Amino acid sequence: MSDREPELPGLLDGLVCVIRRDLHLAWRRPGDVLNPLFFFAIVSTLFPLAVGPDAEQLALNGPGVLWVAALLAALLSLNSLFLNDYEDGTLEQLLLSPQPLPLLALAKAIAHWLVSGLPLVLVSPLVAMSFQMPARSTAVTMLTLTLGTVSLSLLGSIGAALTVGLNRGNALLSLLVLPLAMPVLIFGARTVSLAAAGDATSAGVYFLGAYCMLALTLAPFATAAALRISNE
Amino acid sequence: MAELSGQALTLIRGDRCLFRGLEFALKSGELLTVEGPNGSGKTTLMRAIAGLIDPDEGMVRWNDTNVKRIRQAFHASLVWMAHRPGFKGDLTLIENLRFESGLRTMRMSMAEHHLVRLGVATLTDIPFRALSAGQQRRVALARLILTEAPLWLMDEPFANLDAAGQDLVFEVLREHLRNGGMCVMATHQEVELDAPAHRVRLQ
Amino acid sequence: MWTFLHKLSSPPHFYDLAAKMIPWFAAGSLLLIAYGTVAGLFFAPPDYQQKDAFRIIYVHVPAAYLSMMAYVVMAVSAGIGLIWRMKLAHAVAAGAAPLGAWFTFLALVTGSIWGRPMWGTWWEWGDPRLTSELILLFLYFGYMALRAAIDDTARADRASAVLALVGAVNVPIIHFSVEWWSSLHQGPTLIRVGGPAIEPVMLWPLLAMILGFMLLFVALLLGRVRTEVLFRERRSRWVRKLVYPEETA
Repeated sequence: MSDREPELPGLLDGLVCVIRRDLHLAWRRPGDVLNPLFFFAIVSTLFPLAVGPDAEQLALNGPGVLWVAALLAALLSLNSLFLNDYEDGTLEQLLLSPQPLPLLALAKAIAHWLVSGLPLVLVSPLVAMSFQMPARSTAVTMLTLTLGTVSLSLLGSIGAALTVGLNRGNALLSLLVLPLAMPVLIFGARTVSLAAAGDATSAGVYFLGAYCMLALTLAPFATAAALRISNE
Repeated sequence: MAELSGQALTLIRGDRCLFRGLEFALKSGELLTVEGPNGSGKTTLMRAIAGLIDPDEGMVRWNDTNVKRIRQAFHASLVWMAHRPGFKGDLTLIENLRFESGLRTMRMSMAEHHLVRLGVATLTDIPFRALSAGQQRRVALARLILTEAPLWLMDEPFANLDAAGQDLVFEVLREHLRNGGMCVMATHQEVELDAPAHRVRLQ
Repeated sequence: MWTFLHKLSSPPHFYDLAAKMIPWFAAGSLLLIAYGTVAGLFFAPPDYQQKDAFRIIYVHVPAAYLSMMAYVVMAVSAGIGLIWRMKLAHAVAAGAAPLGAWFTFLALVTGSIWGRPMWGTWWEWGDPRLTSELILLFLYFGYMALRAAIDDTARADRASAVLALVGAVNVPIIHFSVEWWSSLHQGPTLIRVGGPAIEPVMLWPLLAMILGFMLLFVALLLGRVRTEVLFRERRSRWVRKLVYPEETA
């Protein structure tokens, strides 16, 4: 076997390796994927039970409830984003690797979305149907939820990095992330309502897309700064 | 010829001043031991050298450049071995090492050889958390060896190791220093090596 | 000039300088608020639409402005502290947060009181400014909660600084989203007082109140920062000298 000098792994190698590791871990612990999903399903069931089965009522409020449930479900799994890594020492190793830390932070957020956000998006048509939301709003629902949950994973990674290792960090995390997530909720839910009513939805979709881009470019740096501060 | 040095290092944690005006210089092939009772700030000093903590005053230099300015290059030149193993409990040790190789330069072609030498080659298929503390430490040693970085930072490397394990650490360390590497080690234990050694004592 | 700024950033000098400045700001603020209150209550004529109810803008609008100004002060000083590692800047951010939260609360309460005669309820989600203020209050709470949760002062300073900066980027976005959201709804909003152009006799008291609130904020902030500085430097020599003047060094 040729024994050439090993090379420093490139940026893409670093990104992919962290994502793959987290996906591998999620595969070994299916609860990570299933818990947010079950939460999403249960909350979505609570709504018609609480409000009554009137189809018009459900369809009217459906987008809002769907979005709030997705938001809370994604929030559930944020606390453990860095907690396990912090406790077993792998976070320290990440901080000391030659890879740029913002890149690794981005990788963690992407992995979080793949495990917690994407399943929600895939299940959302079923939930929308159960709320008697018209079929024409399905595509917009899925699109806005995708952009929204990606933004939330990124925004949430900042909060998770700030609160890693703190007592009662979980409740604090929600308090930090939810006010920042309100624009996403507002535009997401309202856009889906507009789609259900058959109105133009481009404004909302563009806004969510822009917000998502902003989060993709800025959040990793904030998360990296927060990780260094939390590990001093 | 690489050089690690610390100048006028001062660190204050809360109300306590852990150390003030600390100086050291380390060249290839040399060992620096950080000694002191529990709670005296050994780990904190190690973390400051690694760049995890910013000292309140003074700086750490790698090859005459402030490490804050060459952070990535500095990290490429060091490996860290701490109390916690730094591996994922749910993955096997081989999976763990393979993932590490995406983060830093590792000579994975020699992985099998070194794992046999460290006595953990038969444990490659069980989850990492099923290994004993001593075995986990040996895997951490494997990371040190495979990464081939000049600077080793070891925080209490002898903890949780039996006599055979401790001998392994000495053997591996001796080899590393002979090959031109350097090491900073925080330890309670007496370290006797045929290499030039410096000492830093903390109160 | 640089020596002045350098001196200002040193805690003991700031402590003395602030002590001298507070009475001026307090006095100025008192005068302006007194004039604004009297003129606003008695000299300004009743609004053609809202009659006397509009007078609450003399408290509501300054409070709302200050709630946002305080956030800017907090975020900017937190940023300075984070980038240039100035401990005093962190102390200013820490002092500004509770003040900002109180101004926000005041704006919310006065806004609610103002809206009651028009909306018939104590709260109207359709009003974008009020909803934005509510979210701003949550941002302040988050900042203060994070500070409180971290024991080590240095780490608390830096973590909350990151949060403040992230929040600062989000505040305009939040404002815009809430505006858009309420515009879809066409709900009742707080009507602009006096129509498109506000009469001067109504305007002067308002400006006086705004300026008075600003000076009040500065006076209170200086006081809070002095206390912060005293606490953070409690083990240093100059503080010991203050507390035990008869002790020889």
